[in-house]
Order: sequence, then structure tokens, then C-alpha cells
Amino acid sequence: MRLEIKDLHVHYGKIEAIKGISVVVNQGEIVTLIGANGAGKTTTLKTISGLRKVSSGAIMFDGQDISKVPAHERVDLGISQAPEGRGIFPGMTVLENLEMGKFHRKNRRHEMSEDLDKIYTLFPRLKERTYQAGGTLSGGEQQMLAIGRALMARPKVLLLDEPSMGLAPQMIANIFRIITEINKTGVTILLVEQNAQQALQRAHRAYILETGNVVKEAAAADLLNDPAVREAYLGTGAHS
Amino acid sequence: MKIRNFFNLRDFGAGLWERSNRLQRIGIALGSILLVGLLPFAGASFLATPIASYDAVLVYPVGVFVLMALGLNIVVGKSGMLDLGYVAFFAIGAYTMALMGTHTGLNTWEIMPFGVGFAMLAGVLLGLPTLRLRGDYLAIVTLGFGEIVRLIALNSSWTKGPNGIANIPMPPDIGPLKFKLDDQKVFFWVVVIMILLTIWMIRRLSVRRPGRAWEAIRQDEDAAELMGVPTLKYKIWSFTLGAAVGGAAGVLYASKNLFIAPEMFTLNVSILILSCVVFGGIGNIWGVVVGATILGYLPDRIRFISDARLLVFGTVLVVVMNFRPDGLLPRKKREKAIVKREVSA
Repeated sequence: MRLEIKDLHVHYGKIEAIKGISVVVNQGEIVTLIGANGAGKTTTLKTISGLRKVSSGAIMFDGQDISKVPAHERVDLGISQAPEGRGIFPGMTVLENLEMGKFHRKNRRHEMSEDLDKIYTLFPRLKERTYQAGGTLSGGEQQMLAIGRALMARPKVLLLDEPSMGLAPQMIANIFRIITEINKTGVTILLVEQNAQQALQRAHRAYILETGNVVKEAAAADLLNDPAVREAYLGTGAHS
Repeated sequence: MKIRNFFNLRDFGAGLWERSNRLQRIGIALGSILLVGLLPFAGASFLATPIASYDAVLVYPVGVFVLMALGLNIVVGKSGMLDLGYVAFFAIGAYTMALMGTHTGLNTWEIMPFGVGFAMLAGVLLGLPTLRLRGDYLAIVTLGFGEIVRLIALNSSWTKGPNGIANIPMPPDIGPLKFKLDDQKVFFWVVVIMILLTIWMIRRLSVRRPGRAWEAIRQDEDAAELMGVPTLKYKIWSFTLGAAVGGAAGVLYASKNLFIAPEMFTLNVSILILSCVVFGGIGNIWGVVVGATILGYLPDRIRFISDARLLVFGTVLVVVMNFRPDGLLPRKKREKAIVKREVSA
């Protein structure tokens, strides 16, 4: 597995949101894209999963350019996304949400109980809420559900869009711990985050995005100690 | 608590259904169908409609409205697309019946597949380019489509323009059952059968993959796409099935009315059918049936107060929508509900 974005350009109408970025995600890694609002993080992720159209450039997945493949077929290839703002189905129960994650799988009947077990082990809270409507869950639980649902598709690479958004600090730590756990089971992760501190601690490598460009690419640990990064994204520079 | 239960008819009905076993359920279903089938004989009771013939009212508007509302409910209620041009499919069905009925020797039942087919074709042709749009934009496009179909009918020579098409043949007799202008019981039974078939189709689809896909699309289209649901394909399916029901209603309507003209297929009809869906309970089959029945029947029941009936009609709409914003029989909401269901593993 190797996901490679080459010189990607994406437009919203006439406005260029992504101005030629290149990102590489290798097998087994956690790679994070960090940056301020409007830097193009979410757009990049949506373009990889196919919700946004590529203006120019290529998205290579396992050596094949997938930029013309429709979003619902990219799931078959092994790209799964937990959408931003916990885009779960509010009127479906937790179980139905998880079942939806398997919608495209050919032998979903046989995989279902095995994968449900896996998800419930990872997120015991979801098991308690099996028959509860998704819309009635707390923010953290909804995020767990979104991640669990994405995992039901047995992805090779999991795209996570701001999993920490709007969550309590304890829940954020919990979610990031689980992300690391998922990664250890062999799922490659591309993580988009505003919470740079947590993301950089968990990731192997990181890209910093600013207004549609990659301004820095380095090992996550190096960025954590980079004074410029600390000042801009970790919020410690101004006070020291 | 008890009163509340009764007031909430959907839960009351669902409870009754839940408690019954298979045999009782068949009994309830057959009993209700029989009651509905006997409706045309109740013309002398309080149900009677002054001025308009009671039999005829049961066929149109009531029966045809229910059928169309069920069809529109697939589009609006199941997959959440706002279609303001639904009358177009009704018109296509009706004009298919009118043109083929007057120009070929085929009878209503033989023309029915063509009417349904042309409506579905129109659904696909309109759906392919436009179903990428969402919400308001889709509503505007469908509204335009409805007007286009009406204007074509109004301005073409082969549709006889504003004069409309007359002398559309009635359906042939089915054994001893005769289709007559002054006694439309048989028409009513045919509509009831079509309604039952539609309900059966919707229920079958709802519990299977298409139902799940539509539900997902309605709740969050992007998320559905990310789950691997080919959203465009399922949206076109939903649109086309809705069109098919509208087309079937159109064929029957033309064959019953014997005369059609473009003025019967205005935007008003689309809006009225949409009102039936929303009034009864968007997304819930039984709600839609009840809503369409009331909105179809009420104006004719109170026809004796002539123009004031529209005022009453409007007032009923406003009052009901205020007290029951989700319709008379709203769809299942699951706010607090712990849904009883086995793990389908």
C-alpha cells in the first residue's frame, strides 16, 4: 500500500483551494496534515476519498491513478474516510450505522460478526449503545462510531478528518490512543488535525499546510521540537 | 397516557401490529382491504359527497392522489429529494394513454406498460443530468421539467394543443365487471389494486439494500458515498420508480376521464400531491395514504359551501401542520427509542 498525491490542484468554482500539493503515505504509517482553518486539509482529504474533483495532478494508490475513480468505488480499493463533523447517519442505530460501513463488501454476511466484534472491542462504548440512534450519542461516541463505521469496510488506509473536533480533552486523548491502536493492527492512517500537539505526538510524519500549499514536511517528532512550528501551531511560542 | 397513545395513531397502529401474530396480521390486512373495497357502497352514508358523484370522487381525486402521493413519497420521503415536477410523469402517462388509445387499437391494460415505461424513461433522462444537484436546486430543475412537459403538450399539434384529446377509450370489461361512466366502482377497485401493488413494492424495497441506501442518502449523502453507496445510481432508481407510479396513475386517469387537456397538469397538481405527502407524514406509507385520502376527499365533501371550501381546505392545512409538523402519522423517529431488533450477524 502506498498513497501518493502528486502536484494536486483542486478548485471550488474559480477559487483554487489546493495549489499543487504533494503528499506521500507509506504502508503502516500515521501521517498527519496540520494547518490553520482554510489551509486545505479537509479539501485534500475529500479529494482523496473522491468527494471533490481533481482539477489537475494525480492521486496514486498502489501504483494506479485513482483520480477519475468515483468515490463509492474507492472504498472497494481500500480507502475509507471518517468524515468531518462525525458524518454519521443520525436516524440509524449504532448497529445500522456500522452495517452501512459494509454496504459495498461482497461477502459482508460472513464478515459482519467478526468485524462487529473487532469494533466493539476497540470501542466498548458502542457495544452498550448498539440499538441507540446515532443522533442521540454524545460527540465522542459519534466520533467513535464514525471511525468504527469506516473500519467496517476493512480499509487499507483510513482517512480521519479532525477526529478531535469539539471533544473534551479526556475524550481527545482517548480517541488518539485508539487511533494508534488501529494503526498497530496494520491500517495506514492519514490524519487531518488542528490539534497539532496530539497529532504530532501520535504521527510518524507530518505535513504542514498553509493556504493550499505544503510549507513543511518532516518527521512528526522533529516538528514537535521545531521552534517555528511551536510558535505557529502549538500555541506555546507567544507565552514563553 | 392511554389517550396520548390513541392520539399518536402511528404508535397505536404499530403496537397493534407488533402484538399480533402472523395469522392475525393477515387477518388485519385482509380485513382492511375488504373494508376499503366496500367503500364505494357507502355512498348513501355521511361519507356522501354533495354535487360530485361519490364513486367518481373515490377514483379521482382520492384514489389517484393516494397512488401519486405514494409514488412521490419514494422520491421525497425515502431518498429525500424535493421533486416539484411530479405532475410531468402523471402527464406523460396520461398522454401515452390518450395518444395510443386513440391511434392504436390497444386497450388500457396493454398501454399501461408503455405509459409506465415512458414515464420511467423520462425519469432517467431527467435524472441523469440533474440528480447531481441537491435540495433547492433540484427542486427548481424538476419544477422546470414539469412546466416543460405541460408547455409541450399545450403547444404541439400532435397533442392537439389546448383543445386536449377526447374520445379516449375506457378499459375493456374484466369478466362481469364493467367499466361505466356513471358507476365507477370497478375503476376504484383497479386503483386500490394498483395502490396495494405500490405499497407492496415500496415495503419490499425498503427493507432491502435500496431502502438502506435511500435512507443513508437522505440522512447524509456524502457519508453514504463514503460508505460505498453508488448514490447517483440509487437516486436515479428512486426517481424512476416514483416516475413509474406517476405514469401508471396517469394512464388510469386518462382512461377514466376519457378526455385530457394540458390545463389538468399544472404545477398545482405537483404542489397538491406534495402537500398530501407532507400533510400525512413524509416518509411513512400509512401517513401518506391517510394524508392523500383526506386532501383528496375533503374539498369534494364540503363542496356545498362552494368557494369557501378552499378557505376551509387551507385552514385545515395550516392548523394540522401547526399541531403535527411531521404530518398526521409521522415516520418513526427513534429519538429515545431503543429499537428492538436482533443482531443480524
